[in-house]
Amino acid sequence: MPLSTIESSAVVSPAKPAALTYQELLFRLQGFWAARGCVLQQPYDVEVGAGTMAPETFLRVLGPKPYRVGYAQPSRRPADGRYGENPNRLFKHTQFQLILKPPPVNVQELYLESLEALGIDLAQHDLKFEEDNWEWPAGGAWGVGWQVMLDGLEITQFTYFQQCGGLDLDPICAELTYGLERIAAFLQDVDSIYDIVWARDPETAAVVTYGDVRLAEELQFSVYNFELADVSKLWEHFNSYEAEARALLDQANALFAKEGADAVEKRRFPLLATYELALKCSHLFNLLDARGAISVTERVGVIGRIRALAVGVAKAYAMQQGS
Amino acid sequence: MADFLLEIGLEEVPARMIAGAEAELGKRVSELLTRERLLGPNGELTTYSTPRRLAVLVEDVLASQADTEEQLTGPSWKVAFKDGAPTVAAEAFAKKAGVAVEALERVENAKGEYVGAKVKRLGRAAADLLAAELPKEVLGLYWAKNMYWRAGKPERFVRPVRWVVALLDSAFVPLEIAGIAAGNASRGHRVLHGEAPVVLGKAADYADALRKAFVAVDVAERRQSIRKALDKATRTVAGARWREDAALIETVVHLTEWPTVVLGDFEPEYLALPEEVLVTVMRDHQKYFAVEGADGKLAPHFLAVLNTQVDDEGEAIIRHGNARVLRARFKDAQFFWDFDQKTQLVERVESLKTVTFQKELGSYFWKTMENGRVLQQLAGTLKGAQVPFDELALYKASLLAKTDLTTELVKEFTELQGIIGGLYAKAQGLGDIVSQAIYPQYTPASTDDTIPRTVEGQLLGLADRIQTITGMFSIGNAPTGSKDPFALRRAANAIVKILAESGLPLTFSDVVGASGEVSHPSGKNKDAVRVGHLDGAEDANKEQVAAFLRERLHFYLKDVRGFAYDVVNAVLAAGADDVRDAMARAEALTAVRGSEDFAAISAAFKRIKNILRQAEEKQFELGSAKDVSLSAEAQRLFDAAATLAPVVAELRQKRAYREALVCIATLRPVVDAFFDKVMVLDPDAAVRGAHLGLIDEVLRGFSGIADFSEIVTA
Repeated sequence: MPLSTIESSAVVSPAKPAALTYQELLFRLQGFWAARGCVLQQPYDVEVGAGTMAPETFLRVLGPKPYRVGYAQPSRRPADGRYGENPNRLFKHTQFQLILKPPPVNVQELYLESLEALGIDLAQHDLKFEEDNWEWPAGGAWGVGWQVMLDGLEITQFTYFQQCGGLDLDPICAELTYGLERIAAFLQDVDSIYDIVWARDPETAAVVTYGDVRLAEELQFSVYNFELADVSKLWEHFNSYEAEARALLDQANALFAKEGADAVEKRRFPLLATYELALKCSHLFNLLDARGAISVTERVGVIGRIRALAVGVAKAYAMQQGS
Repeated sequence: MADFLLEIGLEEVPARMIAGAEAELGKRVSELLTRERLLGPNGELTTYSTPRRLAVLVEDVLASQADTEEQLTGPSWKVAFKDGAPTVAAEAFAKKAGVAVEALERVENAKGEYVGAKVKRLGRAAADLLAAELPKEVLGLYWAKNMYWRAGKPERFVRPVRWVVALLDSAFVPLEIAGIAAGNASRGHRVLHGEAPVVLGKAADYADALRKAFVAVDVAERRQSIRKALDKATRTVAGARWREDAALIETVVHLTEWPTVVLGDFEPEYLALPEEVLVTVMRDHQKYFAVEGADGKLAPHFLAVLNTQVDDEGEAIIRHGNARVLRARFKDAQFFWDFDQKTQLVERVESLKTVTFQKELGSYFWKTMENGRVLQQLAGTLKGAQVPFDELALYKASLLAKTDLTTELVKEFTELQGIIGGLYAKAQGLGDIVSQAIYPQYTPASTDDTIPRTVEGQLLGLADRIQTITGMFSIGNAPTGSKDPFALRRAANAIVKILAESGLPLTFSDVVGASGEVSHPSGKNKDAVRVGHLDGAEDANKEQVAAFLRERLHFYLKDVRGFAYDVVNAVLAAGADDVRDAMARAEALTAVRGSEDFAAISAAFKRIKNILRQAEEKQFELGSAKDVSLSAEAQRLFDAAATLAPVVAELRQKRAYREALVCIATLRPVVDAFFDKVMVLDPDAAVRGAHLGLIDEVLRGFSGIADFSEIVTA
């Protein structure tokens, strides 16, 4: 039943054989930004809802130290799953996330060059920067910026971060989030994400599609997220991760508040691990939400609990960097 | 005399903020030049804007301020000069004024003789002054949302400033804004012109030079060219027209520097979806204009406004790309529509319990129950007044009104709430009356919106809003000053508008009375709302709500209907419970207020009010005219009032307000004669009492239509 959407995958974008494959798209973006001084990171290996939540963004933007990093981040949003049946919606999509701290004055021009690097001839397209401000309340984070529209399609979220973890940022940083599946579908001119050519064998020209690689995952995780995830177990996991994170945070706060605490002691305190526990909670919340297990009245309270962890880590982390 | 140009180059400014900022910049520059006496006799200011720039060009700016001479006054002559020789005081004053002691003069004023000095002040050069003052003006512009971008966060602005041009003719004005030194290099269209600077030879070249760089800096010019391009593109489809949408035009005007238009198509099968959904997707999500055929129905085309100019190949690519996005969105909408049909609206009522209406009050299920209770009261009043309506359909509509909040389509397109409910009700065979009541439940959303057409729709709209207002007031959420986070003023405006423009025989008392006692849900939030249950608190709340509605009626009469403020005050002082009646009285009063007789009567009523107030202060008693023998003038007034009163009362009864007012105006000669000849506050207590009793009766007898003393007379 769910395989109906894959029928057309045999017809591989005849219009534009030269369009980049999905993986080539990622290579190009990585190459482009590496050539401009960015560290290339690997995807963070804990479930996140967006590239922003990975510590390479959430924690690195804090404090004064300049940093430039890019990474592809698979982003899980359980409630967005559609059993692989909707050609435009995914439970897990991939963002190419870029942080420029501080942003260069020509950051927009650089961004446009990166599009050209993907083979998009801007002279043949319509490009607009339309107001779109971003916020992640549970992370105490917000910024202002745009959605970048290419021929009516939102291909990138471009944000000047103003606050993160409830802390005012200085320097400000620019966050560019490319929606890889959308851009690939656009470049390859396919109507379904599952028809995107992920890889093409250079010798045989045989293709592997996005559907070949990911459809089963979309289907099975939709079943889990919506039907089979055990609500009481999810709550147990949530409470247990939260308890451990809080205990660690309490220790951290005591340590950083202590007069004359040992510098080594401070440096080795595992705030990065504490943050992972907070991320676990955030993901479990999303699962519970997808299961319809969080009532409206509970919702605000649970988000508040996650916020307390994320903001708590951010504050402690800023102190740790400053110490 | 020179042309002055200021251009602030920015990263893309949000479209919704540009027009306001452009106007404010113009105003600030104009005020600065005027204040600093830098504007020549032919001074003219033009403002420009695109998403990437705000600019001002001023003709006839003076090269510098005119020199001025100022007369300073110092110590008294006697103190300053002793025996003709300057004292320390004279020297100190001369030094302070910057003149030689010999240049001091003797000045005389009312207080005596003083030392004076004429001081010449050289005017400052325009360039220096602008360099010093303009950056403050620019950085002081109001933006709905600001940001920081530079290290150390020295300034906030809407988006980063990337270049500044400031020229007096061809000379640089040495100013700096947000760390950027002004020069003569602007920038052109991102793609069509590229990164090469657009160097301006002189200020006046601005618009032409940028046009060559594919930027139309004049907003009106872009607006016109977009309209023309929309017309042209639409003409390629026989009989078609694009749907006028002034708000969307403004948006795309401020999203483009070099606009062109492309017409694209979508599969006709999507026309099976309701127009409302298709138009919302096109307008709100894609900023496309909808196209209709000769029959006025939606046609399977869209118009996208581009911020570029391309050849045929590029146009084909862009058309294809936009159509692809639109198709995906329509497909989504189709999917949601089909999915939503699996659960009928009736089956969704229960799930409203999980949708919060207001944390301290309850869910939308609670809201639905409350609305039903209010409606029952209103329906009772209407039945008493013999107004025909379908009561069962009304309750059905009320029960289902909020259920569309649980549908996927409304979650995706929140702006379609109500409308979707109405469409689903129709699709699910609930009948026209039910669907036509649900559909427009959120209209009128503004003062120029229309009210629901059916009685059931009007009643639902009234009940929903008065319940919201009463509930919100009961938990202390009444609007204050400019703060109205729950849009209660808009809700109350809608109530007034529905009462004014429908035929419903309902007054504010009926509506407020129907809202009854807000039933607060029990549970942990109980404490937060206990105030609503205190003795008398409920009545106080209702009076507060009634006063709020009266205030909105004042707004409606004055700002929506355009009645003069004194007419509105006069009419509402005589009664503000019946909206349509107040309107009829305001119309009648407006019609007669210009007549000379009426103005005199108004003045006389004001006088009566003053006299009565004085009498009250002095504790003079009101007596009866029958107790004393009145003077001829007083007797004539007594007789005229007695004759006229029943006539006026009958006309009022028939709501023939204009005739009634004309009738009252005929009192003028006797009233005038009375005040001319009669001393109202006669030393004789009985006579005085009779006079006071007489004018009190005149005042009360003829103020039922309007309190004439509120009328401002020339």
